[in-house]
Amino acid sequence: MEKVKKFKSDKTWQELLLDYALYIILVIMIIGVIAADPSFLSMNNFLKILAQASTRAILALGVAGMIVLAGTDLSAGRILGCGAAISASLLQSVTYASRMYPQITEPLPLILPLLLSIVVCVAFCLLNGFGVAKLHMHAFIISLGTQLIAYGALCLYIDSQKGGAQPIASLDPRYIELVNGYWLGLPHLVYFMFICAIIMWFVWNKTTLGKNMFAIGGNPEAAAVSGVNVAKNIMLIYLVAGILYGIAAFLEAGRIQSVTTATGTNYDLDAISGCVIGGVSFSGGVGTIPGILIGVIILQVINYSLYYLGVNAYLQYIIKGLIIILAVAIDVRKYIAKK
Amino acid sequence: MKAVSQEKYVLEMTDIEKQFPGVKALDHAMLKLRPGTVHALMGENGAGKSTLMKCLFGIYKQDGGRIVIDGQETAFSGPKNALDNGVAMVHQELNQVLKRSVMENIWLGRFPKQGGLVSHKKMYQETQKVFEELEIPVNPKTIIGKLSVSQRQMVEIAKAVSYNAKILVLDEPTSSLTHEEVEHLFRIINKLRDKGVAMVYISHKMEEILQISDEVTIMRDGKWIATENAKDLTTDRIIQLMVGRDLTDRFPPKTNKPGEVLLDVKNLTGKYMPTCQDVSFQLRKGEILGVAGLVGSRRTELLETIFGIAHHQSGEMYMHGKKVVNKDAKTAIKNGFALLTEERRATGIFGGMSIQFNSVIANIKNYRKGFLLSNGKMKEDTKWVIDSMHVKTPSQKTHIRSLSGGNQQKVILGRWLLTKPEVLLLDEPTRGIDVGAKYEIYQLIIDLAQEDKGVIVVSSEMPELLGICDRIMVMSNGHLAGILDVKDATQEEIMRLAAKYV
Repeated sequence: MEKVKKFKSDKTWQELLLDYALYIILVIMIIGVIAADPSFLSMNNFLKILAQASTRAILALGVAGMIVLAGTDLSAGRILGCGAAISASLLQSVTYASRMYPQITEPLPLILPLLLSIVVCVAFCLLNGFGVAKLHMHAFIISLGTQLIAYGALCLYIDSQKGGAQPIASLDPRYIELVNGYWLGLPHLVYFMFICAIIMWFVWNKTTLGKNMFAIGGNPEAAAVSGVNVAKNIMLIYLVAGILYGIAAFLEAGRIQSVTTATGTNYDLDAISGCVIGGVSFSGGVGTIPGILIGVIILQVINYSLYYLGVNAYLQYIIKGLIIILAVAIDVRKYIAKK
Repeated sequence: MKAVSQEKYVLEMTDIEKQFPGVKALDHAMLKLRPGTVHALMGENGAGKSTLMKCLFGIYKQDGGRIVIDGQETAFSGPKNALDNGVAMVHQELNQVLKRSVMENIWLGRFPKQGGLVSHKKMYQETQKVFEELEIPVNPKTIIGKLSVSQRQMVEIAKAVSYNAKILVLDEPTSSLTHEEVEHLFRIINKLRDKGVAMVYISHKMEEILQISDEVTIMRDGKWIATENAKDLTTDRIIQLMVGRDLTDRFPPKTNKPGEVLLDVKNLTGKYMPTCQDVSFQLRKGEILGVAGLVGSRRTELLETIFGIAHHQSGEMYMHGKKVVNKDAKTAIKNGFALLTEERRATGIFGGMSIQFNSVIANIKNYRKGFLLSNGKMKEDTKWVIDSMHVKTPSQKTHIRSLSGGNQQKVILGRWLLTKPEVLLLDEPTRGIDVGAKYEIYQLIIDLAQEDKGVIVVSSEMPELLGICDRIMVMSNGHLAGILDVKDATQEEIMRLAAKYV
């Protein structure tokens, strides 16, 4: 049989340039930052960025599944807020007088709040999944609704404290150590991020669920006639996302050590932009786990460097907005066939 | 072709009835299929072929009649259920996940696993095995969207084979294949026949049917008309059975007379490959100029470059001796060009919109009255489209999707005529249209030429080009290989030119 070989490198340099345009622009920006303030280039900063990126990356790993399904999730940040509030409230230091649950007098096992956080996040995600899979709503719309519901629930929960609305803080030292500790010179958070990423790499590339996800995102009809249970697989992808959100929420609460109604605000946008920068296409059916990690980390480098250079906070929003628009504009161009 | 075996049937569909609101789609339809044979299923569009197949695959539930497979009465719950039981279909419009690999498309829904994880190695080997058996030269790891239509079709057949299909339905498998690709497909079909697979072959192409099939069943108006051995049939006999009357001529008489030069195309070259290279020709008033060539000879790209929707690199066009530049579709329409696209469903019709919307959309600015659109004028023009194109439709409000392919095509042709074009570019105007409606389209084309319009027709059916054109230009790999006067043109000469730059 004749072997087909010429499929590998049939891209022109223009196409290759387009494929990596975003990376190139962002690397130039980072070089610019280093030029403006060489002290930016330090191990300490680098580890800080990685630790900050880790919870967003875990969140992004969940959101990415929905983008591959040609959808999105605008509620991820608020859902994370809910999970974070649950985790923090159950793990306040038992010596802290105005803790939310004074009836807890013995420190709880750490696993319990984590599981509860996962349960809450999964519940919200399954609501989104049900809307997409069974009610055939666009993910944008259903998650827009869920986002408000989750925010309302978070505010109610935080408001229900005896002392009224106040940040959930003074966390159990074991919890803070688990999240913010170091092992072999690296923050624990970084390990958690990589463990989640490796597991998700297997889910995406080595399981039927992952393969089906790409098929449904690429051509739902083809998937259906090949016998893929489209609705069930969509629900499962949302379930997996819920688990990741739950983990990210638990870690984020421990990282910031103080949960308020604002926790999680705009995290979904960071996750979505990280995915898009990392090559997860909004047209569905395309994306890789390493891409998502790189995307989220690059975005965090930019976030941090803007902060480091002391750029006005409002201006930071404008710059981030432009980056998202640029990312999507380049993504779309990749898939336009030129005539 | 081998002698029809007298073995028992693998599939018997008898007295199948299906009623839709207002139409009896199937009325005692019948199909009996023997193992190891190719059975052509023929009939005009609307004769009930696809409804019958949908009943077989459980997409529709028949109102009456029996479906017996291997002596057992069967009712599938859907295509997947049929597939699992060895009954597969290769659709005309390929339904594939274009961004994923060939092997993933084949094993979608039943990935081979090892220890709970999908085994790429096994998937690759299994795919390779089927490809070797069928001599399909495709790398299983290639992204399927990068393959040609014919390769993708072969992959679909391989998928059916990988399910160990004993009954395989091929729906218009050659509609977009070149001559060589058709030969390859036929080799695969012959292999499957030798393996004992029973195949239902749906096609409008008479020559192919007579070449590949053992038996032919003809349907008309949802009824079974005849089942005969292919070797006892002729093209004329099949057409006669299909339309229920004698079609003495497949083409209307040519009444148009080419006049002075209307369009002069000089050294036209597109910008982004694949595209046309250095093409020069002249089109006369009242002339029908055919464009022949293999698939991939960039005939569509030529039309798109002329019409300005594909980027143009160099070369000029003169209309009535005056230079014209088609920057985009809008200027092309203003300059008197009209383009009927190849993919009617994808780029021609607005399926969910009415006949009226579909008729007036390319001409919409002419209906402006102040800030609004004049309803009366749109109605009037739509009526003109329906009447002059002989569109069979209950009303102007009917969704175009619910019309047959031929009637959809007539509406789109009418749409373009409303823009009062001088040059009509028609890309495969009769693809997927049944014999009767084809004749009407030919008549319309000749009528247009008679009204002094210049018409360029791209077609893959050579008899069609020879039947209605005045001259035929042959494209080969983006280049113009030659222009033949239809009086001197033969299929052999066209094929020779088509292969000139390959």
